[in-house]
Amino acid sequence: MSATDQDTGRRIGDTVLKVDNISLSFGGVRALTDISFTVREHEILSIIGPNGAGKSSMLNVINGFYHPQEGTITYKGQARSRMKPHAAARQGIARTFQNIALFKGMSALDNIMTGRNTLMKSNFISQALYWGLGQKEELDHRAFVERIVDFLEIESIRKTPVGRLPYGLQKRVELGRALAAQPELLLLDEPMAGMNVEEKEDMCRFILDVNDEFGTTIVLIEHDMGVVMDISDRVVVLDYGRKLAEDTPDAVRANQEVIDAYLGVSHDDAA
Amino acid sequence: MSFLNAFFVDPFVQIADYPLFFIEVVIGGLLSGVMYSLVALGFVLIFKASGVFNFAQGAMVLFAALSFAGFIEMGVHPIFAFILAGIVMAGVAIAIERVVLRSLVNQPAIILFMATIGITYFLDGFGQTLWGSDVKVLDLGIPQTPIDVGGIFINQFDLFAAAVAGGLVLVLAIFFQKTRIGRALRAVADDHQAALSVGIPLKTIWAIVWTVAGLVGLVAGAMWGAKLGVQFSLALVALKALPVLILGGFTSIPGAIVGGLIIGVGEKVAEVFWGGAFGGAIEDWFAYMLALVFLLFRPQGLFGEKIIERV
Amino acid sequence: MLYREAGQFKTSYAKDWAIFPIAQDRIVVLGFLAIAFIAIPVLSSEYFLATILMPFLVMSMAAIGLNLLTGYAGQLSLGTGGFMATGAFAAYKLSTMFPGMPIEAVFLLSGVVAAFVGILFGIPSLRIKGFYLAVATLAAQFFLLWLFNKVGWFTNYSTSGVISAPPRTILFTDIYVTGPEASVTAKYLFALTLVAILALAAKNLVRSSIGRRWMAIRDMDIAAEIIGIKPLQTKLSAFAISSFYCGVAGAMWAFLYTGSVEPLAFDINRSFQVLFMIIIGGLGSILGSFLGAGFIIALPILLTNAPHLLGLNIPVDVISHVEYMIFGALIIFFLIVEPHGLARLWQILKEKLRLWPFPH
Repeated sequence: MSATDQDTGRRIGDTVLKVDNISLSFGGVRALTDISFTVREHEILSIIGPNGAGKSSMLNVINGFYHPQEGTITYKGQARSRMKPHAAARQGIARTFQNIALFKGMSALDNIMTGRNTLMKSNFISQALYWGLGQKEELDHRAFVERIVDFLEIESIRKTPVGRLPYGLQKRVELGRALAAQPELLLLDEPMAGMNVEEKEDMCRFILDVNDEFGTTIVLIEHDMGVVMDISDRVVVLDYGRKLAEDTPDAVRANQEVIDAYLGVSHDDAA
Repeated sequence: MSFLNAFFVDPFVQIADYPLFFIEVVIGGLLSGVMYSLVALGFVLIFKASGVFNFAQGAMVLFAALSFAGFIEMGVHPIFAFILAGIVMAGVAIAIERVVLRSLVNQPAIILFMATIGITYFLDGFGQTLWGSDVKVLDLGIPQTPIDVGGIFINQFDLFAAAVAGGLVLVLAIFFQKTRIGRALRAVADDHQAALSVGIPLKTIWAIVWTVAGLVGLVAGAMWGAKLGVQFSLALVALKALPVLILGGFTSIPGAIVGGLIIGVGEKVAEVFWGGAFGGAIEDWFAYMLALVFLLFRPQGLFGEKIIERV
Repeated sequence: MLYREAGQFKTSYAKDWAIFPIAQDRIVVLGFLAIAFIAIPVLSSEYFLATILMPFLVMSMAAIGLNLLTGYAGQLSLGTGGFMATGAFAAYKLSTMFPGMPIEAVFLLSGVVAAFVGILFGIPSLRIKGFYLAVATLAAQFFLLWLFNKVGWFTNYSTSGVISAPPRTILFTDIYVTGPEASVTAKYLFALTLVAILALAAKNLVRSSIGRRWMAIRDMDIAAEIIGIKPLQTKLSAFAISSFYCGVAGAMWAFLYTGSVEPLAFDINRSFQVLFMIIIGGLGSILGSFLGAGFIIALPILLTNAPHLLGLNIPVDVISHVEYMIFGALIIFFLIVEPHGLARLWQILKEKLRLWPFPH
């Protein structure tokens, strides 16, 4: 799978997201200490580290849900230290969650449609009339969402309330919801956790296809080292809220500090 | 102009002119605040132990007071009547646990809240069907006449009620801190799942907590009933406990007490000195508005824990 | 066998997303509308129209309003009565201050006034949730009622406290729909038209992006914000539109149903009544709002008349207490057995019908 880059001629561009000296603490507990790294356009960057290393907190800082005490995030040349999550979404950052955060009372289709909310502009009066612009907008976005439904191969469940779907499919719908926003930067928090091998392979395929077809930049948190080493362009290693390494998969694999702190004490998935 | 005057000037002039009267109003407010605290206490107990926002606490107060007064009317000695009413409340608590809580376990909190509104209606109707809807006089033999303390008049009955409330809080504190059931209760309040896994019988604990809340309701009902007469409006007085909870936080017993006192004083002072500016009867909404404004600045209440949200 | 969608293929997204995608449903709905608009006014007695169908229509409107806020956007409100009162008094003030204003405009504008009041009391919803919000909405309930009771301006300084709705005609006609000269049938048809139009609008809203935003906030507010939904805007829009419906319902209550404007009609019990309607009818369902309203309106009438029919003689006050008990028990029953209410039962019935006569 690591051969994908060359095959499609995917071009890694300039830095799109720059994380500078981020420190975050809750009360007295330090979650992140002085973290810096960069994400380049069109690449797949994985963040790895043991449980509690601060990986999810890092994603939460990037999309504005947590406000770091120190440091700045520079996204597309704009520096910021605090912002509202919905503003991040409007700038083209989308994400999925470690514990699925779908809207349980809505169908798969409606969930994915919700992902397009930042792109829907008609006012409430035309929506109430469901006529003219309001209806046209609904149908146009529906057409786009159907492409995502096709892409993720979830045609048969589009009208099922997501609460009734099995875990693997829920993860797929959640990815669909994030994709619906046509994000430039996609944050995936353990998209393959709890999946079996086949489901993981499907998910890998979707992630690579998204990266490939739409040129979406992806930041990924994943525990399965096989997957991480296979699909990532670069890897950032966190441990106890500090950054241990930021390098290509092969270099990280060879990094003695990383092996000592993480891979060395970990079980066989390091092999 | 006259409104501004009545709002910004007159009340302060009045307070400055009659400081003793002001103190009297404050003390009156504190004492009626104690009564609010009594009702709020029942809410907090149940919310802590079962995570249920028990809207029916007011109805439980009414039901307890109706039973108490009803037994006395039947010729039972007040002490036995009190005990009998206590048993009735335990029965109500067990029935609620069996029928409602058990069936709605693991439902969203809002569903349980609405179920307690159902309980409210049921208890209101049931109590009045059983005991009738006439106003019952509840005479506990405590004089209502004011006594003179250094030029300030204080209602004896209010003093007595305050003492009872203080005693009740003390008993509850001992019960929670020192007894085995109390420890189990605190464990359940902290974490249901964890408490279950170390073998604390959740359902029994819930029944006990609702019984205790029922008994607190009985005390509150007896006090309110003796003061105002036992009637349907008792259930409405209990609605006033809601802003008290907002001020104090849903999970804090000291919060319920301090919140009750603040609401009691605020309401009385506002009514007496500022009521004229608004045309009177602002007691109806003052507590809610106070709580609402307060919420904007401190959403978790005075003593509530800060909410950290996760994804 | 009658209710089968086999062979009905949808060839466009518009058809797939129609409110009634199945032909049989469309026929049933059209039939209902025909009965409501034509058969009922012709056949039913004035008494039935005025005392059962009018409150049903008015309360359906209020239930739709609360359902938008509580069932769809997940914001629990106990202030429905206050918002209805706002609509009623706004309609009274508008129609007496501007006697030339068409009654249709009066109703819609009083809804708009209620919407602004709703926004005002919805502002705390950004910072507080769930029960805290429910208590905050009680502030709206008590404050608004006090306001209309105490401030003479709202009642045009009427001394008796009871004020009557002024007589008005429908635009471009001389048919009276309010005031003493209006016929019951005219009032009924006017109310029915309002409800039909606004119910359709509500259905359209909840299947459009604004409705999806509400449900997203209801189901998981944090995730909703992270995918770009602005919480304040979304919640306030729910408060505004919900209060609009409640306001129109309040105006209908005062102008079309009772004919007089009085704060007492909108006390805290009215708020609970509407809440019961949407719980029993079904949270998050427009159809459920109608079913719940019908159930809650019909039940007391049945309870009052049933002992009489059985030859029992029960005092009126006991009946009213028993009514409370039955309401309470029913709420609990519905929450335990079917939290999605009558609307869900209806859906289950339809699914069974589709398969009938086969069990699966």
